[in-house]
Amino acid sequence: MSGTYLGMPDFPRAAAAATRDTRLRANLTHATHTIRDKRAKAVAELDDWAQLRAAGAAVKDRTLRHLDHYLEQLEAAVVAAGGQVHWAVDADEANRIVTRLVRETGEREVVKVKSMATQEIGLNEALAEAGIRAYETDLAELIVQLGDDLPSHLLVPAIHRNRSEIRDIFRREMGSWGRPAPEGLSDSPAELAEAARLHLREKFLSAKVGISGANFMVAETGTLVVVESEGNGRMCLTLPETLISVVGIEKVVPRWQDLEVFLQLLPRSSTAERMNPYTSTWTGTTDGDGPRTFHLVLLDNGRTDTLADTVGRQALRCIRCSACLNVCPVYERAGGHAYGSPYPGPIGAILTPQLRGIEGALEASLPYASSLCGACYEVCPVAIDIPEVLLHLRERVVEGGPVTRRGARTVLQPAKGHAAERAAMRAAAWAFDHPGVLRAGARLAARTRRLHPRRLPGPGRAWSATRELPAVPAESFRDWWQRTRGTSSERQGGAK
Amino acid sequence: MSSRDVVLGRVRRALADVPHGEGPDDPPVVRDYHRVHGSRTAAQDVDLLAENLADYRALVHRSTAGELPSLIRRLLAERGARTVLVPPGLDASWTAGAGVTLVGDRASSTPRELDAVDSVLTGCAVAIAETGTLVLDGGPDQGRRRITLVPDHHLCVVRVPDQVVGSVPEALPRLAPERPLTWISGPSATSDIELDRVEGVHGPRTLEVILLASSRAAD
Ligand code: SF4
Repeated sequence: MSGTYLGMPDFPRAAAAATRDTRLRANLTHATHTIRDKRAKAVAELDDWAQLRAAGAAVKDRTLRHLDHYLEQLEAAVVAAGGQVHWAVDADEANRIVTRLVRETGEREVVKVKSMATQEIGLNEALAEAGIRAYETDLAELIVQLGDDLPSHLLVPAIHRNRSEIRDIFRREMGSWGRPAPEGLSDSPAELAEAARLHLREKFLSAKVGISGANFMVAETGTLVVVESEGNGRMCLTLPETLISVVGIEKVVPRWQDLEVFLQLLPRSSTAERMNPYTSTWTGTTDGDGPRTFHLVLLDNGRTDTLADTVGRQALRCIRCSACLNVCPVYERAGGHAYGSPYPGPIGAILTPQLRGIEGALEASLPYASSLCGACYEVCPVAIDIPEVLLHLRERVVEGGPVTRRGARTVLQPAKGHAAERAAMRAAAWAFDHPGVLRAGARLAARTRRLHPRRLPGPGRAWSATRELPAVPAESFRDWWQRTRGTSSERQGGAK
Repeated sequence: MSSRDVVLGRVRRALADVPHGEGPDDPPVVRDYHRVHGSRTAAQDVDLLAENLADYRALVHRSTAGELPSLIRRLLAERGARTVLVPPGLDASWTAGAGVTLVGDRASSTPRELDAVDSVLTGCAVAIAETGTLVLDGGPDQGRRRITLVPDHHLCVVRVPDQVVGSVPEALPRLAPERPLTWISGPSATSDIELDRVEGVHGPRTLEVILLASSRAAD
């Protein structure tokens, strides 16, 4: 892999490869089950979780419905506090802006806080082309970067690597990026973390430019919020002279008070902690403390297209906690890389096709990368109805319909006979070749009854167009498939 | 057309379904979640704070005003700290007789100078019982964000019960968003390697908290 998701195979092919990798699956199963159990305990501590969740969803929905208002308010507040605001329509523009800002400082190196938005736009690669080296400073991102690898989980991007692999990567690669790994480095997590500390401290202490994302932006005050654990975030946000934050336009919340909801929902949903070790908030620049120059780059890159879809819009509520990944039977077996984007798992399955459009083979296959078991919806702290959006997108893939692309309304043609349908077919076939995935789905089928379509979009359309889908659970989805697909002659390559 | 206009234009077109009369404060957000979880006295909040701090591997001590200087001296000696960073507005009596070299934080001090210091001693702005969190707001007894970040040992004094609140919703109104805030819950930690928790990656590896009883409570 070369640090980019472009050219990734579509979901079923990538997933088929991943499921053959037993070590990857063992790492993933251990990790997702551990976090999942811890999270349930952390959430159970708060008896008003349902109310917090509803408030979180409501705050985000209200913001999205008036996003223009809140973005303008945010911009004014950031500027009043001494910051500079830039707007980027797409990834290329965001990369050009950041590259120019770094160039203007005269620096050739930057330190980075882990950020989904900068991964989404491929910022590191763009900076490298301009002769600027970006150092990832989150431990997991460092592992990924040194291993010339791609992140596979929102929260623990190197979840697919175990300790001995990490030791080997550190021994082999640290020297070419800076301070080499200590002699005789073992694979104990404490020693590996210490090696990362020593390796990165040099960078922190000399860095002049820091690049970050943000978890939240408060419109009324212009405050940005970064939630983290290791302190690498604090290093990047406070030691450099220039700070550049690249943030998706959906990250805005209206008021300071709204943080009381999200600072309760996020840590418990993501790391299963009452509170993460460090949270930093800053508003513009502060005399004598922290960077002297602050730039905020507001990123669209498909978000306004997503906003235009009244069903799919809810995906923009996502606070990137990763809870939905850890409960997803498909993610657990397929691994994060199969989703072909920085956003893996259930949220990736609905976000990526909306941000990029569903015309590509990968994007068209993603809405099928699900067993529709509903577990992702149950855990989502902002109550995104992921199964509902999946079904909606499946329908778009096979039936076409109105969509917005780069701000322009257009009508998508049905994908009949199109590569998209074949991709979808293979994704479904992949799922049905992995009975464990389906069992996990079928178990909950009765509870998600209202989410089942009357007519099956996607690969089932050919079969279901002339019949009503049977009620759940009179016949399970799996049984229905077995009955209606007949022999395996429909199945195509890549799904074994 | 500027990119700003393009993005805002796209947002407005995307929201054609939102009724014209609907204002930015609509639809209203129901905030029927708790302001605080359970009911506790101020003293119980302090106990819960201590418990939750310890649960995240901070070392917690209790002190009265009279005992504070000797406690600070002992804790620094136990760490073998010879140099201690102090913010400009820290109560000088706290470190009297500590037998260490005090390093004042100056705007000109470089990160490398801070890296050479053994410990840092600060006050705090607010502490949150339910989450075991200390919030620093850059006040005169807390100093710049970097001084509690670079040294490996952070000793933080919390005035109890005055600076303690029960919950996150109770903390936010007491904090000024225009100041840079650092929320600290236990020492720096990572779980990135097979989810084994390791303390101290980049921030201080050791967080010690002194719960300083007000003289009223100590009487
Ligand atoms: S969709 Fe929900 S559960 Fe998944 S990452 Fe986003 S906020 Fe978390």
